[in-house]
Amino acid sequence: MTDASVPENVAPPPAEVEDVELYHAHSWLTKYVFCQDAKVIAIQYAGTAISVGILALVLSWVIRLQLAFPGAIPFIDANVYYQSMTMHGMIMVVYMLTAIFLGGFGNYLIPLMIGARDMVFPYVNMLSYWVYLLATLVLVASYFFPGGPTGAGWTLYPPQSILTGTPGFEWGIVMMLVSLILFIVGFTMGGLNYVVTVLQGRTRGMTLMRMPLTVWGIFAAAVMALLAFPGLFVACVMLLLDRTLGTSFFMPSIVEFGERKDYVGGSPILFQHLFWFFGHPEVYIVALPAFGIVSDLISVHARKNIFGYKMMVWAIVAIGVLSMVVWGHHMYVSGMDPWFGFFFAVTTLAIAVPTALKVYNWVLTLWHADIHFTTPMLFALGFLVTFVNGGITGLYLGNVIVDVPLSATLFVVAHFHMVMGIAPVLVIFGAIYHWYPKITGRMMDERLGKIHFWITFLGAYAIFFPMHYLGVMGVPRRFYELGETAFVPNSATALNIFITVTALVVGFAQTIFFYNLFKSLKYGAPSGPNPWRAASLEWQTPETPPGHGNWGKHLPVVYRWAYAYSVPGAPEDYLPQNAPPLKGEHSP
Amino acid sequence: MSVMGLFFVFIASIALIWLVRQGVTQSPWLEEGEVAQYRGARGVAPPPAAKVGLAVFLAVAGCLFSLLMAAFFMRSDAPDWRMPPPPAILWLNTALLAASSLALQMALNGARRADMARVRSGLTIAAVAAGLFLIGQLWAWRELLAEGFFAASNVANAFFFLLTGAHALHLIGGLVALARTIDKVRIAPRLTEALTTSVELCAIYWHFLLFVWLLLFAALIGWADGLGAICRRALS
Repeated sequence: MTDASVPENVAPPPAEVEDVELYHAHSWLTKYVFCQDAKVIAIQYAGTAISVGILALVLSWVIRLQLAFPGAIPFIDANVYYQSMTMHGMIMVVYMLTAIFLGGFGNYLIPLMIGARDMVFPYVNMLSYWVYLLATLVLVASYFFPGGPTGAGWTLYPPQSILTGTPGFEWGIVMMLVSLILFIVGFTMGGLNYVVTVLQGRTRGMTLMRMPLTVWGIFAAAVMALLAFPGLFVACVMLLLDRTLGTSFFMPSIVEFGERKDYVGGSPILFQHLFWFFGHPEVYIVALPAFGIVSDLISVHARKNIFGYKMMVWAIVAIGVLSMVVWGHHMYVSGMDPWFGFFFAVTTLAIAVPTALKVYNWVLTLWHADIHFTTPMLFALGFLVTFVNGGITGLYLGNVIVDVPLSATLFVVAHFHMVMGIAPVLVIFGAIYHWYPKITGRMMDERLGKIHFWITFLGAYAIFFPMHYLGVMGVPRRFYELGETAFVPNSATALNIFITVTALVVGFAQTIFFYNLFKSLKYGAPSGPNPWRAASLEWQTPETPPGHGNWGKHLPVVYRWAYAYSVPGAPEDYLPQNAPPLKGEHSP
Repeated sequence: MSVMGLFFVFIASIALIWLVRQGVTQSPWLEEGEVAQYRGARGVAPPPAAKVGLAVFLAVAGCLFSLLMAAFFMRSDAPDWRMPPPPAILWLNTALLAASSLALQMALNGARRADMARVRSGLTIAAVAAGLFLIGQLWAWRELLAEGFFAASNVANAFFFLLTGAHALHLIGGLVALARTIDKVRIAPRLTEALTTSVELCAIYWHFLLFVWLLLFAALIGWADGLGAICRRALS
């Protein structure tokens, strides 16, 4: 460490920003509503996502009530059941998980973690949120149109999705497609921002390999989303044309209620290709930010540097690349060429390698660590367990020969809820408990947090673990009513009732979380700038919550990676990324 | 889907080369202190954020058009596929779009030599030619419709409208940006670096759209049938 000054021929990002370059809010409206500050946009995104998420949670109760007590609730008929199923799936996957991870955590954390003052295109960022809000409003509005929302299933497969007989044929399907198109337009604006900010906005000294894994996860997910969402976009536009103009992109010649439709020669399989070309990367668009956040939670709360940082980054990139070539495993039952099935099975199983590598690294980070069982840590550990569980059933289903008999059963429902439902939601909770002090300046209640964790974690297991058994028994998914099905034993009904009751209890128990969230806003203990003694940059802001422009007059300068914990000889057991180098410093 | 395969190999190789050059093979725990001490000092200023943003957007738009082409080839396999006769005006339109792209390149060259007159004329010619291209495309649509090639009557017609329409919408978006650039150039007393960047972004986008149009055009007039056959053989 001889000379810490920057050589003249390097062009570092400016350490100071002219005041005019920053966005300034001039009125209440531009400060809290039409705001271009990424931190406000993040909270708007997260708030909207959580609100529709609650709607989707209630819809899951409708599904569960029907499955456990068929016909007992008068307003749940077949139409309502299918509409609830469709909306639950679509909202949770697209409007909740994607939006909260990229729009919520991405907007809040990227600028703070890389030492930027804001996103590089703040205006486009604001526009992205408002288009997203419009998309959710269009989606929810389909409840108030004749026929209600579409009941085509979240995959919207033609031909059934646009034929009469499917609930929401009149308006629901059109509004769903329009809403998705809007969502993708809005998301593309946001996604461009996240990617370009990571590429361009890093402060002096923040090399790619010094970024926290949270930023890596969100960055990789944003790149994937930008390349995958066009698939859904094309599928939606073409399906919309089939529905409104009568083109035959996807619609084959078909007779409906004895009447021959004008469609001819269309290919439903083409829709499936386009849909899953988006649909599979979507799983990792949700999972990669979760992976990144969990890495940071574990490292901070175990006071240890993340094991194998370099491997973790490479694994993120490898998962991102591989996930673009596995979409066919969602179509094993579509009658594809066996060689195709073989190809997709191989790529699918290959993803297990970088994923398992990440799991081992998390476990090895915990090995001999100074583990603090704080609420965020509990949620991170809960994620590890559910993710491994859901991942392993994924290996079963990745094999064509196992998938074909299990494909239409509750086994698949159990698998994908474990791996991309429960696991990411646990991360979202953990992340909220972790970053709440930075966002509000107050701590959330630990005791309530732990109660919330145990109910959610054990409850989610009680809901989804038995579903594996139901699936192996052959209980079909998507069915409104089992009726007199010879191969389904009576014990299945008992299990179904148990799952439903648990789902209701766990769902209601989330009020503990919301109570904690709002109560702590006013009555939480003041947290100070860095309650978890974390090394990454977002905890080193001069103000908490971070003020306008994040960093005061001078941008931080970064001297090391984000995982300098338990450093020998350091004044505390960690070294912030922006602390000047110690004499003879060497990380563990 | 082989179209997508090619596209992804292209994007992935760019991304991987970039990642390696950015030092993803370095071990961050061994690299403490100022970056410049262990990273070879490079005197290149980073590109403006807008340019990087455009590059990322072109990747997204490229993905969109690749998917449309993939769908085009997969669907063209069906026995009901009847390609409409391409309207002759498409040739004129192609020339107009090429002229537009060329004019923007002239404007960019002018901007680099601080030749304000050349920038102004280049931008104006480009805008007019692009506008004429759009009118020409509308004319081609009208011609097809007049001859009874409706979107609903055969899917090949629908693909014609979908591909040209998607391309035209991208060009309209570009025209908005171009109009703003023209306006900025009009009131500016002299060229600034920001103005040169604006002109450059327009030029890059126009070249991209010309490239996409040439591919679409080849597919629409049937020159890409051979490629389609190869794709289908690779698929089945």
